[in-house]
Amino acid sequence: MAASSRAQVLDLYRAMLRESKRFSSYNYRTYAVRRIRDAFRENKNVKDPVEIQTLLNKAKRDLEVIRRQA
Amino acid sequence: MGRDRCSGQPWLASNAHPNGHECAKGAATLHHGFPNAAHQLSTPHSDPEEETKMWLFGKGAEERPGRHAHGATHHEAHLDAVEAAWLGLSVGTHGHRHLRGIGKCGPRRWPKSRLYVSHGKRRGGRSRPDESLPDRGEALPGAWGPGLQPLRKVGSASGTMLLRAAWRRAAVAVTAAPGPKPAAPTRGLRLRVGDRAPQSAVTADTTSAPEAGPVLRPLYMDVQATTPLDPRVLDAMLPYLINYYGNPHSRTHAYGWESEAAMERARQQVASLIGADPREIIFTSGATESNNIAIKGVARFYRSRKKHLITTQTEHKCVLDSCRSLEAEGFQVTYLPVQKSGIIDLKELEAAIQPDTSLVSVMTVNNEIGVKQPIAEIGQICSSRKVYFHTDAAQAVGKIPLNVNDMKIDLMSISGHKIYGPKGVGAIYIRRRPRVRVEALQSGGGQERGMRSGTVPTPLVVGLGAACEVAQQEMEYDHKRISKLAERLIQNIMKSLPDVVMNGDPEHHYPGCINLSFAYVEGESLLMALKDVALSSGSACTSASLEPSYVLRAIGTDEDLAHSSIRFGIGRFTTEEEVDYTVEKCIQHVKRLREMSPLWEMVQDGIDLKSIKWTQH
Repeated sequence: MAASSRAQVLDLYRAMLRESKRFSSYNYRTYAVRRIRDAFRENKNVKDPVEIQTLLNKAKRDLEVIRRQA
Repeated sequence: MGRDRCSGQPWLASNAHPNGHECAKGAATLHHGFPNAAHQLSTPHSDPEEETKMWLFGKGAEERPGRHAHGATHHEAHLDAVEAAWLGLSVGTHGHRHLRGIGKCGPRRWPKSRLYVSHGKRRGGRSRPDESLPDRGEALPGAWGPGLQPLRKVGSASGTMLLRAAWRRAAVAVTAAPGPKPAAPTRGLRLRVGDRAPQSAVTADTTSAPEAGPVLRPLYMDVQATTPLDPRVLDAMLPYLINYYGNPHSRTHAYGWESEAAMERARQQVASLIGADPREIIFTSGATESNNIAIKGVARFYRSRKKHLITTQTEHKCVLDSCRSLEAEGFQVTYLPVQKSGIIDLKELEAAIQPDTSLVSVMTVNNEIGVKQPIAEIGQICSSRKVYFHTDAAQAVGKIPLNVNDMKIDLMSISGHKIYGPKGVGAIYIRRRPRVRVEALQSGGGQERGMRSGTVPTPLVVGLGAACEVAQQEMEYDHKRISKLAERLIQNIMKSLPDVVMNGDPEHHYPGCINLSFAYVEGESLLMALKDVALSSGSACTSASLEPSYVLRAIGTDEDLAHSSIRFGIGRFTTEEEVDYTVEKCIQHVKRLREMSPLWEMVQDGIDLKSIKWTQH
């Protein structure tokens, strides 16, 4: 369970970074990449599964935003 | 089967649903009749979502806790499914078994290249006449894409996953549509922005200028003038610009209801940023209008007993101009001077308050020099002397923590385009306890509690609300980052260049607004030299005139230093490379301009410029 969710998180991270690189505006692109990296790094040590799920959901929504806007 | 009865035509749905729910009569028909379910929906989001849903499902529906055995996810999945149906998307829904395998039905079967549209006999599809649906295979640019945006916030992950696949397809179809596509992002460390020049959506492709590579645009370092739209804000606004175009004051149909729901949600988002109640937020067209309402409205309402106002000399032009027009009406205004640091003297403020003072107006963060006024102390003084306190917080909202109750603020102006929101919208906070009475400036249909009549622009206020929510989440991160970048900028400039003065108090200062005066260099020429960087030498509203800024004059800078001031703005999207580039160019050009300056030569020779007797011709 923990292993699969770790893989899930990493997949999400990679997907977000990949989508962020598609922004045509320099400022948006750099912000997105930086913010994603910092946010994932900051929440690296969260243990509570409910909180992890909340954060993942938010990240998925943000991924959709990036997909639409990039 | 439930599917047939609960067709995707909610306006035709009977009141009693097979699932055992009962629609309240006249309830909004966007839903599938879960008036009581709304209360059971516990989302991880804040209360306003609930309120919105409760609103959507009909006011006054009583709570019947024992009624539903379903969980929140289930209802939200329904909500999303209904929305999808409403928008013509074929989604396997309503039969409950579909929800078990969310993401496994419906969407996967749709052809990738098309915008899918319900064509009748799909699983869970609706038999709705096709005249309202776009032609099969026709990709409407963006028209259907983000339509489900509002539910993004409402639905849970599983509920919205159903639709995410849908949106992905729609997005693919949309991006495949003809139209100007931005050039590929430039790779590597490009300090200049590599965007394509804006093209109108009408001129499709070949008629525009031939491809000359990406047009380079200057670095943007003028965030005090305006800020770019955060992509999350744009994403929240789009549905209201495309599909959900109803007038929020229309009470009779779903278009109006959904727009009103969005407007109220935005109001809650703005209110929660400043610690206010949503009923205390009035949407306006910007901070200028908010300032006008606050100053003129309060002054005129209490005209019979109170004739005096107090403000400072460093306020924004709209505040000073409003006060000037009030003076013409017979009011007295005291313009408090500021100290050299840019901060007002609290003792002077106390001394200036008279028995007939109605309002004190002091801005939170100055837009030119970035000084933070001691708002909490001023609020304390004003509330003890029973004087209303207004603050123009356009530059401060969302950047520093503000709480109208802790700081005893009675009126506050908020601007949309300073916090990465859209231009043309703002808000004013008007306290209700104790009530601040304001005479309305704009007469009309009584919208916004009668204080600001006129249709509320739903997309803009949704953008403002989203911007406030994003700002609340990002405040700490942004503040830390901007402080670091500001430190870097100031240190690097100051250590390489002598005779640079930072205007404004270094301690009580918002780091993102840095105003530096370079001695012996003319500000305008430095601005023109720094043509790759978008900077300003003062506020945008005074940039047309040749006079140095009145703010700099108020803080007592010498004329020559006032002329050579440049304002650097650092915002959420500013990068370290941009700051480094700006610093490097600034140093280079200041040195070059100083080389050319005879004054600089004289200073190098040790002559004191103040002692020179310039000859009279």
